[in-house]
Amino acid sequence: MIRHLLAAGDLDASTATRMLDTAGEMASLADREVKKLPTLRGRTVVNLFYEDSTRTRTSFEVAAKRLSADVINFSAKGSSVSKGESLKDTALTLQAMGADAVVIRHSASGAPYRLAQWIRGCVVNAGDGTHEHPTQALLDAYTMRSRLGRLAGLNVAIVGDVLHSRVARSNVALLHTLGAKVTLVAPPTLLPVGVGAWPCATSYDLDATLPDSDVVMMLRVQRERLTAGWRDSFFPSEREYSRRYGLDAARLRRMPDHAIVMHPGPMNRGVEITAEVADSPRSTIVEQVANGVSVRMAVLYLLLGGSS
Amino acid sequence: MSYPEMTDATTVAPKQVLNPADIARTVDRIAHQILEKTEGARDAVLLGIPTRGVPLANRLAARIAAFEGISVPVGVLDVTLYRDDLRMRAARAVGHTDVPADIDGARVILVDDVLFSGRTVRAALDALSDIGRPRAVQLAVLVDRGHRELPIRADYVGKNLPTSLTESVRVFLRETDDEDRVVLTGGTVA
Repeated sequence: MIRHLLAAGDLDASTATRMLDTAGEMASLADREVKKLPTLRGRTVVNLFYEDSTRTRTSFEVAAKRLSADVINFSAKGSSVSKGESLKDTALTLQAMGADAVVIRHSASGAPYRLAQWIRGCVVNAGDGTHEHPTQALLDAYTMRSRLGRLAGLNVAIVGDVLHSRVARSNVALLHTLGAKVTLVAPPTLLPVGVGAWPCATSYDLDATLPDSDVVMMLRVQRERLTAGWRDSFFPSEREYSRRYGLDAARLRRMPDHAIVMHPGPMNRGVEITAEVADSPRSTIVEQVANGVSVRMAVLYLLLGGSS
Repeated sequence: MSYPEMTDATTVAPKQVLNPADIARTVDRIAHQILEKTEGARDAVLLGIPTRGVPLANRLAARIAAFEGISVPVGVLDVTLYRDDLRMRAARAVGHTDVPADIDGARVILVDDVLFSGRTVRAALDALSDIGRPRAVQLAVLVDRGHRELPIRADYVGKNLPTSLTESVRVFLRETDDEDRVVLTGGTVA
C-alpha cells in the first residue's frame, strides 16, 4: 500500500479500486446507530488548512473521528502562520506533537510533496494550488460507480474552469486509470496550455458533448482566482459564460436519460449551474458530500490502519 | 516441501482430520444442538465471520430449515476494522458486512471455522455491540484447536482438535475452496 496520497495520478488501477471498494464498506456505517469504528484509536490526524474550506475539512474531520482517530484542526488564519512561520517549521511543530497523518490544503501547487519529505507521518493532499485534489477524484469516481454501476467505458464531460481546477486534473488522471473517457469542455481561455498531452479529449462546444455523456461534471467558476482585472480576459461576462457553458434545464434534457450531473461544490447557482438542475434527482451533489466521508475514511484506514 | 536449513527436524505430511462426510455430520449435529439450546431457534440469527464462517452459517441455516422447517436469518459480520492486530502488518482489505435488519433482542450465533486465540471472536463481540444489543450471543465453530489467549469459549464445537502451536489447521469448504476437508499441517518431529 502507498504511504502518502499526494496525487490521483500516482494511483494504479488496483490501488484505486481497493480504495473505492473499502469506501463501499465504510458507507454502510452511515446507516448504523453507532457511527464509529475503533480502528484508528490512538492515532492523530492533523488537518492543516492554508486555504478556506468547509466541506473538505469537515469531511476529513468526520472521517477521522468515525475511525476514532484524534483530530487537530489547524487553519492558517489565527495561527503562527500569520506571524510569518514557514510551512516547514509548522510541519515540524505538528510532527513534534505526534501527528500520524497530516491532511494538507495549500494554495501552492506541490506543497504536499515538500511536506512529505519533511515529516515521518502520512501526508494526504486535500488540494494544492491548481495541481491535484485526489480525494475529490476518488469520491467522484465512487459516486459514478455507485450510480451507474461501472467506470470503464463511461463518457465523462468535465465542464468549466479547467485552467484553475485541481478537481479536473485529479479526475482526468484517475478516470483515465480506471478506464473512463474524459472530455474537458471549456472556452479556449480556460483550458490550460499543454492540455493536448493529457489523457483526455477537449471541446469548446458543450451542446455537442452532452448527448454522448454519461456524466456531466460542472466546475465552479473560481471567482477568487479570476481576480478583478483578470476575469475580463477569461470571458466577457458571467452572463455570457453561463449562456454558453452553464447547465440549465434545456441542456439537461439533451443528456441521455441515465446521465448524472455532478458538481464538487461550492456551487455558484445561476452561473455554471441553474438551481433547477442542481436540485433535480439527476444531480448527485449532496450524495457526493456523503460519499466524501466514506472515501476519506477508506483513505485514512488504508494509509494509517496497518503497520507504520 | 522441504526446507534445507531445517536439519534437525522435518515437516510432517498434512494430516486429514475431517473428510466431507465428517463435515456434513458435524454441521448436522451443530444444527440439532442449536435447535435444542435455543428452543427451536426462536429469535435466532446466524452471523458468519468471513471467510469460511459465512458458508458454514449458510449450511447451518439450511440444515435447520431441513430439520424443522424454520427459516433462520443469516448474515455476515466482518471484523477487520475491530481487530487488535491491525498495527502488526500492512492494512488489510475490509470485507463485507451484512447484518439482518434488527438484532436487538435476538439470539445471535456467531459462526467461524476455527477457534484459536479467541481474538477474532473478541473483535466480533465488539463489532456486534456497535450494531445492536442482542439478548444473547453464542459461538459455533467447526474446529476448536485450543491455545486461547482470552477468556472465550464456544457453545457449539464441531471437533476438539488438540494441536501444538507449530501446527496450523486449514479448513477447506466447497463454497470457497471447491472441496470439503479439514487438515492439520506444519507440525515438526525431532
